[in-house]
Amino acid sequence: MSTVALIFEKSTTGKRAITFPKCDVPEVTMETLIPAELLRQKPAALPEVSEIEAVRHFTQLSRRNHGVDVDFYPLGSCTMKYNPKVNEQVAKMPGVAFTHPLQPAETAQGNLKMLYTMEQWLCEVTGMDRMTFQPAAGAHGELTGILLIKAYHESRGDNDRRKVIVPDSAHGTNPATAAMAGFEVVSVKSNPDGTVDLASLKEVVGPDTAALMMTNPSTMGLFDPNAKEIAAIVHKAGGLVYYDGANTNAIMGYVRPGDMGFDVIHLNLHKTFSTPHGGGGPGSGPVGVKNILVPFLPVPVVEKQGEQFVWDWNRPQTIGKVHGHHGNFGVVARAYAYCLAYGPELKEVSEYAVLNANYIMAHLRKYYDLAFDRFCMHECVLSAKTLKNEVGVKTLDIAKRLLDEGVHPPTIYFPMIVEEALMVEPTETEDKATLDRFIDAMVRIYKEAKEDPERVKSAPHTTVVGRLDEALAARKPNLRYRAE
Amino acid sequence: MSNNVPAGLRYTKEHEWIKVEGNVGYVGITDFAQHHLGDVVFVEVPAVGRVLKAHEQFGVVESVKTVSDLYTPVSGKVVEVNTELESAPETVNASPYDNGWIIKIELSNPAEVDALLDAAAYDAHTKEA
Amino acid sequence: MRYIPITQADKAAMLRDIGVSSTEELFAANIPADVRLPRPLNLPPALTEMEILTHVRDLTKANADLTEYTCFLGGGAYDHYIPSAVDTFLSRGEFLTAYTPYQPEISQGVLQVIYEYQSMVCELTGMDLSNASMYDGASAMAEAAGMVVAQTGRKKVVIAASVHPNFRRVVKTYMHGIGVEVIEAPLDHCELDLNKLEALITDEVAGFIVQQPNFLGHVEQVRAIEQMVHAKGGLYVVCADPISLALLEAPGNYGADIVVAEGQSLGNAPSFGGPYLGMMATREKFARRIPGRIVGGTVDTRGQRSFVLTLQAREQHIRREKATSNICSNQALNALAATVYLTLVGKEGLREVACLCAQKAHYAAAQIARLPGYKIACKSAFFKEFTVNCPQPVDQINRQLLGKRILGGIPSSVDYPHLNNAMTIAVTEKRTKAEIDALVAALGEVK
Repeated sequence: MSTVALIFEKSTTGKRAITFPKCDVPEVTMETLIPAELLRQKPAALPEVSEIEAVRHFTQLSRRNHGVDVDFYPLGSCTMKYNPKVNEQVAKMPGVAFTHPLQPAETAQGNLKMLYTMEQWLCEVTGMDRMTFQPAAGAHGELTGILLIKAYHESRGDNDRRKVIVPDSAHGTNPATAAMAGFEVVSVKSNPDGTVDLASLKEVVGPDTAALMMTNPSTMGLFDPNAKEIAAIVHKAGGLVYYDGANTNAIMGYVRPGDMGFDVIHLNLHKTFSTPHGGGGPGSGPVGVKNILVPFLPVPVVEKQGEQFVWDWNRPQTIGKVHGHHGNFGVVARAYAYCLAYGPELKEVSEYAVLNANYIMAHLRKYYDLAFDRFCMHECVLSAKTLKNEVGVKTLDIAKRLLDEGVHPPTIYFPMIVEEALMVEPTETEDKATLDRFIDAMVRIYKEAKEDPERVKSAPHTTVVGRLDEALAARKPNLRYRAE
Repeated sequence: MSNNVPAGLRYTKEHEWIKVEGNVGYVGITDFAQHHLGDVVFVEVPAVGRVLKAHEQFGVVESVKTVSDLYTPVSGKVVEVNTELESAPETVNASPYDNGWIIKIELSNPAEVDALLDAAAYDAHTKEA
Repeated sequence: MRYIPITQADKAAMLRDIGVSSTEELFAANIPADVRLPRPLNLPPALTEMEILTHVRDLTKANADLTEYTCFLGGGAYDHYIPSAVDTFLSRGEFLTAYTPYQPEISQGVLQVIYEYQSMVCELTGMDLSNASMYDGASAMAEAAGMVVAQTGRKKVVIAASVHPNFRRVVKTYMHGIGVEVIEAPLDHCELDLNKLEALITDEVAGFIVQQPNFLGHVEQVRAIEQMVHAKGGLYVVCADPISLALLEAPGNYGADIVVAEGQSLGNAPSFGGPYLGMMATREKFARRIPGRIVGGTVDTRGQRSFVLTLQAREQHIRREKATSNICSNQALNALAATVYLTLVGKEGLREVACLCAQKAHYAAAQIARLPGYKIACKSAFFKEFTVNCPQPVDQINRQLLGKRILGGIPSSVDYPHLNNAMTIAVTEKRTKAEIDALVAALGEVK
């Protein structure tokens, strides 16, 4: 499949796909309605194509793209599980898709009830007291959670808490979030297994600690057994603990962050709760809190008054809003359908997520380095360190060679504390044959690396494009089409 | 890998070098640093006239996958910046000690240079890393 | 066991290969007993697909939706026409179920769509570059405020009181995080009081944010404002209605430094407030400050034109606490919808949509103005929304309209107390003359 021209390059002046009914109200000249100086002089050079040209263009583009619906997608930390199609049906129902955020609450009781019920279910899963669905993604949820913590300390006049502690194994969004909320980021050492070094934590915690942010299991895919003690240490110093819920797929029904002592969490509905990633969004990052943080939740909050659901705007200590409306409701509706499909059997989701990851680890440990020799949770971290030292084949090369197998590579170079890291998260929705095929491919590549390293280093060979010149893209940014 | 560490310069642990000529110094990043960064795509330089304290962050070197902060080895005022890097950031890779200089600083406290690493000490430092 | 394709036989074989007798051993090896949940999750029992659909259908029966009610609500969410082919592509698995294009060789589809999206945003806004989108217009506006602060080093931002009230709330929430003061520029009736604005724009102000048209539907004097803002070295942020940009001048052509927008109008369903589409575009000189993902063109090893995520060094996964923002995902699927929409309506079609909105809104306003007790609140020009003073409290009027299956306008006095008994009405290209006449008749009949 050769390159697909840009839609602009396919345009012909005067062509159109969609037309509209003639204006049925008496028309007046535009200049009488709007002053000339505010009117557009030169129209935007949007494409001009017929409908079939448009449809073929986007169809051809879609065929140059990999998705979970196409094949295996074991991106560690992203939980690329199957996106159930019944969830799409739900999101498209007129009662979901064609409701307006500002319509009066009395006319949206179905939606408010959905939010209220979903809140209760997710609180049950996570052990928290209340949830907000306003954050539109995980990072957005993190920002919301840290702002809640900030508001809590400010409400108590505790204004010297300027530091947020983040393990050095953490995802990049954690320190970026803390900075966006005006905090200074302090790093705490991780042990080689990604768990928090308690001694290091005790040194770093103090009266200037606002919060600790962490995820459990850690980014190494290993559960930190000291979670309760970590929370206690931070609480004793007067700080609060934030749980990054990116790895919740490992623990549903087994353990709950609320029971581990966390004060505020976020979930990623587009990870754990099966909503589709869409090529990079939309997601949804609901934030769950313990009672001490409830007064600060973003407005409005869904409350039940008798049999009616209402929007409660009367919350004097709220942090305000983080989203223009109620968050990504269409995504929450999909997750709602997912919860209906499983109920308490969500525990099996985690059970099989952990089984699948350990199965892969058991087989690939014979070839690749193990970051840590312990049963993993829902993802395992391998390393190509030995291969790199022996034959100069790096994790990047292995990833590119996997593309020739029609499989999306695992996450590479994360977590940063592991050299030449490969983070594999199969999720629970893969069949055994697919897992075996992946294992075979990884073994094949390992052997090829030893026998013919150049073939691996020059991969991919069979994809529509080869490796891209990223340096050129960054040095001479070409970020939009310009007609000659 | 040959790690070029010219003798007449002074160095910091953060992999900057300074070439002192009278009361001004040229500052850039070392061969070791450019090698580890990979293809440099952008260099963020301070405004001319900015006054810096020793070890203050004054700019950024960006490669495709990483970003590195730049720290001044000495205190002083920025009197010139290498504008060639705007159109050709890769000069930092090709010629880290020469055409790839980043800022020219007028030293306010020349004695600070003595506290910096000499070539042998810096070379040893890179081998520990 | 709905979406778990591992059989019991598979499971047994896998456990054997791992070297354990049960999955419980894997969990016990990780999770200490004292934190384990000792009981099943207290959730309603699992439903089949048929039951899920019935359940949700029954639940949403309690909603009024726009297929049965005529919508005159606006305020950042509009009932615009969505061409059929848009949905075709939102359902294609290669787009729907892909992740962020971190492996560009197998993501050229998404990457090229985003490149085309970025190009269209630049065309619409008259700016040099766009990012790959943000969560929604409100958070894009808040991020723009962060940008002007980072760029100028000043710690105050001024925002027009005629900006959407929810957007203002989001900006304040974000700015509180970094200790930046947000000052509201007051209105004179339905638009900004330019005299008072001038006094507020000092050389301590990082930037000024205006919405065009504003929340009440009316147009602001955007050219005069630009001069005020730049005279004091601040940056000019304009929040535009994307449909309006086919009719109203592009902010890039009157000196905006950053343009943000809510892109829901472009092929995205109202969906009770989300997912929506935060658009952000800026000048080339701010390229390294703009948050969010960006796609750039390049070549591959075979010399073919191809696309890749670029300028990533600004982003959280590399820069961490020094990142331009913490944003990780964008709204790729919504950006796809917008790109397909703009392709289908095309250059002429978008202008036609904008003109239809303007004509129908003005017809509606003229008809309502003839009703006793109703008065258009302001004389200034408007695009597809306008504000009306009503003879009775708006809640009462809207309740009566509901009885006729009409969703009336936004009550304005909640956020603009000086506009007594006023509502802001939106009229899109979907509103027929018959529907507008029915609204007018219903307004005339209120008791």
